[in-house]
Amino acid sequence: MTAPLLDVRDLRVSFELRRAGDLPWTPPRLLHAVSGVDFTLAAGETLGIVGESGCGKSTLARALIQMVPATGKAIWRGETDLLSLSPREMLKYRADIQMVFQDPLASLNPRMTVGQIIAEPLRTHHRGLGSAEVKTKVKAMMDRVGLLPNQINRYPHEFSGGQCQRIGIARALIVEPRLLICDEPVSALDVSIQAQVINLLTDLQRDLDLAMIFIAHDLSVVKHISDRVMVLYLGRTMEVAASPDLYGAPQHPYTQALLSAVPIPDPAAEREKVVIPLGGDLPSPMNPPSGCVFRTRCPRAQARCGEEVPGLAGGDHATACHFPGPLEMAEIDRTPA
Amino acid sequence: MTSPSAPLPADAIEALEEASFLRDTVRAFRKNRMAMVGLAFVLLLVLGAVFAPWISPHDPYRVALDEQLLPASTTYWLGTDNFGRDVLTRILYGARISLVVGIVPSLISLMIGTMMGILSGYLGGRTDFVVMRLADMMIAFPSLLLAMVVMYTLGANLLNIFIALALVGWASVARVVRSQTLALREKEFIEAARANGTARITVMLRHIFPNVVPTLIVLFTLAIPEAIMWESSLSFLGVGVQPPEASWGLLVAKGKEYMFQAPAVAIAPGVAILLTVLAFNFIGDGLRDALDPSMKD
Repeated sequence: MTAPLLDVRDLRVSFELRRAGDLPWTPPRLLHAVSGVDFTLAAGETLGIVGESGCGKSTLARALIQMVPATGKAIWRGETDLLSLSPREMLKYRADIQMVFQDPLASLNPRMTVGQIIAEPLRTHHRGLGSAEVKTKVKAMMDRVGLLPNQINRYPHEFSGGQCQRIGIARALIVEPRLLICDEPVSALDVSIQAQVINLLTDLQRDLDLAMIFIAHDLSVVKHISDRVMVLYLGRTMEVAASPDLYGAPQHPYTQALLSAVPIPDPAAEREKVVIPLGGDLPSPMNPPSGCVFRTRCPRAQARCGEEVPGLAGGDHATACHFPGPLEMAEIDRTPA
Repeated sequence: MTSPSAPLPADAIEALEEASFLRDTVRAFRKNRMAMVGLAFVLLLVLGAVFAPWISPHDPYRVALDEQLLPASTTYWLGTDNFGRDVLTRILYGARISLVVGIVPSLISLMIGTMMGILSGYLGGRTDFVVMRLADMMIAFPSLLLAMVVMYTLGANLLNIFIALALVGWASVARVVRSQTLALREKEFIEAARANGTARITVMLRHIFPNVVPTLIVLFTLAIPEAIMWESSLSFLGVGVQPPEASWGLLVAKGKEYMFQAPAVAIAPGVAILLTVLAFNFIGDGLRDALDPSMKD
């Protein structure tokens, strides 16, 4: 078996926080945004990452391209550890790993034309190209993502949200990346436009043999697009499985609670559905609970959960829980408030 | 699925493609009536200053003690000053110095301040610390004293006025530009550029700078009157333009002694300053709107 496109081992990101007015010699407090995440990604595969806001999804993605400092390993194509590269060495790989951002309009410079925006990665990574060649490539790419090539001289504010996201996708794909990191690419869009953009992404992925890391908090969006899904909670992996397995038979209590909160577009079924309420708030990542980080909100938490950190076990459908398995009705009522 | 491209007539598609930044900007600027009036006024003033000897029948330096502080008449349209010199002629000649002193040092301090501000805000860390402490020193030091020291050590001439004013002015520009840069740095499009590996210098030139320009235009229109007044302070203290040379600031400063006998001597050059400042403000507003892609129809 060939090496995976990306093999992430024990990825950790922590931020040093200083409160205003702290004395210079007070040690900064550490915020652990991502604590020991592992995953692999094959060429052409899509990994969905879901979790509540603040669980470290975006930080994880940014760590891979050295936008935030991280420790651990991220092996690219079985050869290079992306996290150990100097900025100069990293530059080569930036063309291979491109990113699509959450806010379509904010991710485009308001004072640059669409053509200039899409061409920018080319100007960074293919300096030899003449301006006529660049223009041809940009127009071809605009056509590919469903924009009118003639709008090359228009400005971002003249486009709708969906169109702006198409511009963002065109900018990411113009340098023919192997991996596309989508950080909540559709959460700022209308539902009908979401579907268009997601369909565009799946089309492009099929045609260009792209791998994708697709971050979202909307579980139904992730289900549609992902081969495998990883559930994050407080910077740790709770459950990873192939998309049908995870949605069909969630094992971790947290995953079950998340899935039970997804509305069903059928009033009768929606009324019948059992919602697993999660009590309390997300604990502070500066002071995470001992043992299993989810235990403070888990309906199945026991003494062992506070003492021992559950490892990710279970092969293709891995769960980080001491007591995995579907929750019973009786347990749901015991949910700590 | 790709989005359905709305069918457009062929000529409309051509028009879309032909958009040119420069032509769009000029067209938008010309539509702004106030900006055009301002531009016309400044052009007239420049022409008046350049061709003053041919326009005015009077000598701006000829002393005629029998014609002191005359009221406005058909010979002397704005009257005469305490040495019997024609006020209007002296305003025309004064425009030569005042326009240059208003514009050149403002441009210099704007250039230095923008560079320092963007570097300081975008690079942060040690660069930020050094540049900002330097700016603090400039702002904390009494600017008039600083300018006077420069003029005394280097001598009173126009070039040294530029140096003195630029030295005094760059720090506050750098402050404003830095804060703008700090705000811009957090925007997603800057993050997108960095994720791409765009060189830092490119990010500063192509992403930060164009978004700072509207602020710079406002700062520029504010800096012009300030520079004119600074020049008058320096001249008044005897380290700027030397009499009998005329500059607007100097005319106001000297003329205000005769405020009650002949108010026009001080008020006329004051009005000239006011109108010039207004004209530059209109031009600045027009430029700002014309350069903003989202203001185009």
